[in-house]
Amino acid sequence: MTLLEVSGVSVSFDGFRAINNLSIQIGEPELRAVIGPNGAGKTTFMDIITGKTRPDEGRVLWGEKNISLLGLSESQIAMEGIGRKFQKPTVFEDQTVRENLAMSLKNPRGPLAVLLHRKTAEGAARIEEIAEEIGLTEHLARRAGVLSHGQKQWLEIGMLLAQDPRLLLVDEPAAGMTTAEREHTTDLLRRAAQTRAVVVVEHDMEFVRRLDCKVTVLHEGSVLAEGSLDHVTSDQTVIDVYLGRKDA
Amino acid sequence: MRNAFTRTFVYRNPSVLWFLAALGLFTLGVTVLSEGFGIGVISTSFVKTLGKTLCLCLIAIAMDVVWGYCGILSLGHFAFFGIGGYAIGMWLMYARTEGIVVTSLAAQSIPPTPQEISDAIGNQIFGVVGSSEFPLIWAFADSLALQLAMVVLVPGLLALVFGWLAFRSRVTGVYLSILTQAMTLALSLYLFQNDSGLRGNNGLSGLQNIPGFDDVPQSTISIVFFLGSALALALGYALFAWVVSGKMGSVVKAIRDDEARVRFLGYHVESYKLFIFTLTAVVSGIAGALYYPQAGIINPAEIAPIASIYLAVWVAIGGRGRLYGAVIGAAFVSLLSSWFTGGGAPDIDLGIYVIRWTDWWLVLLGFSFVAVTLFFPKGIGGLFDYLVRKQ
Repeated sequence: MTLLEVSGVSVSFDGFRAINNLSIQIGEPELRAVIGPNGAGKTTFMDIITGKTRPDEGRVLWGEKNISLLGLSESQIAMEGIGRKFQKPTVFEDQTVRENLAMSLKNPRGPLAVLLHRKTAEGAARIEEIAEEIGLTEHLARRAGVLSHGQKQWLEIGMLLAQDPRLLLVDEPAAGMTTAEREHTTDLLRRAAQTRAVVVVEHDMEFVRRLDCKVTVLHEGSVLAEGSLDHVTSDQTVIDVYLGRKDA
Repeated sequence: MRNAFTRTFVYRNPSVLWFLAALGLFTLGVTVLSEGFGIGVISTSFVKTLGKTLCLCLIAIAMDVVWGYCGILSLGHFAFFGIGGYAIGMWLMYARTEGIVVTSLAAQSIPPTPQEISDAIGNQIFGVVGSSEFPLIWAFADSLALQLAMVVLVPGLLALVFGWLAFRSRVTGVYLSILTQAMTLALSLYLFQNDSGLRGNNGLSGLQNIPGFDDVPQSTISIVFFLGSALALALGYALFAWVVSGKMGSVVKAIRDDEARVRFLGYHVESYKLFIFTLTAVVSGIAGALYYPQAGIINPAEIAPIASIYLAVWVAIGGRGRLYGAVIGAAFVSLLSSWFTGGGAPDIDLGIYVIRWTDWWLVLLGFSFVAVTLFFPKGIGGLFDYLVRKQ
């Protein structure tokens, strides 16, 4: 089933076409990797889906009812079930790991509901469960600011899981990670993709290979090729623009 | 039972109990030493100074919540304080003038008509600005209940409308600070005009005389207002401590640190900012309504931008992001300020030059502000963290 349908989307910044007639469909569940050279429009693509950037033309449809995401604010889109992890780990460093996760749990988001919110046993159990999943059980009471870079990345993935989104957008999750950390991250994402849609934007081909999923190659703001990693890497145009001409 | 208590916010924030206990002791001490209810060691005017200081502490914790916790550097919160003061001042002045007018007209052989009384009151109040008509905004001035409602409603509505316009356009950071400063400056300039309906630069005066309590000496009234201010500070402290604890506090601090990220978590950031901005404006209005009857006079200079900047300085020196820090900062700096500028501090004779503190206090304050910002970003309140960690 198609969960997200992006069709014919274009966006320009000061005359520069960051996204050019881009069309992508994401199913549910699905694990998808989006690759492409710098400036291919990977991050802008995520900005459009999450409401940070408004496209000049095109449609972004969501869910069974084909709701257009273009009229919704960032927070409304998040409430529709789209979670996003940024390239740079952005967790709330002043607060504990537990507080970070508690804030992300799927609960009413209005000021009044939050003001009168009381901790529940289910909430606490869910936090434990997620902490276990991301390997931060020991660190729940610590400030997020003192975590290592890799741990912050996992905490942010944990915050996404706590939101219980239907679609997870993950921007370069493996950046700056050690090999062992990368393996853990791959496992996390693949497990998450069993029940929901996960889109991973990544530079690192080795990481994408480990994800073992359908790959979309972006170039100059549109889709260049789509298919298995072996399929796209054997495509001559992909080799030319992304991997560089071997014979050159 | 124990479990029920451990789940309350006071248990999670023991500093609230400490603060309330300290405030209670202080209040008791001042009352016992006062002229009105005690042995008379503390003069009535000093009781008023202390009572006013408590009101300043109340607006300082409001400022701390909006700035230290939510990251909105408002340089206009004294506008709300002033509005609260004007709202209560209108009733105080009207009711007192009415009393005087009715007494003096009673001597006439023919009983005065209501119109005559109203005209006489108008003459008394607005004579200084060359008018005798009651402006529309005085429509409810004869009712204490309605003017008390204004203390809360007018700052609340102003903050709500202003905040809604500013936050929905995503005005943040220094631009928002400038906007809030423009708001308080505009209000101040407007009130300076004679036809603003609030007596221009004369402001409202005689506010220390409480209508209906003409026979009660100021020594007693001062203690009543002192206790009222202490109660308001205690309630405000507990309210804000509750608001910034738990999940609300988490979200508000997260907005301060990275509001874009909070949006992607699904929170409508603007509603939260509006809630905090409006709530703190209302508390500021209440603080002002308690302050000006103790000060006796309010005029438009009180809400000039400099007042709101001082407020930010108090909170910065006391320590942002901790409520007791704001209280310490406001009390410490405002009391020191009145000591230095009131001629309490001895001048320093350097032989070639005499340092007069009335002139040099601002320089000292400025240096302290810079020093605190550079070397003790957590302010005086940060010392407590340091001491607690040492144990």
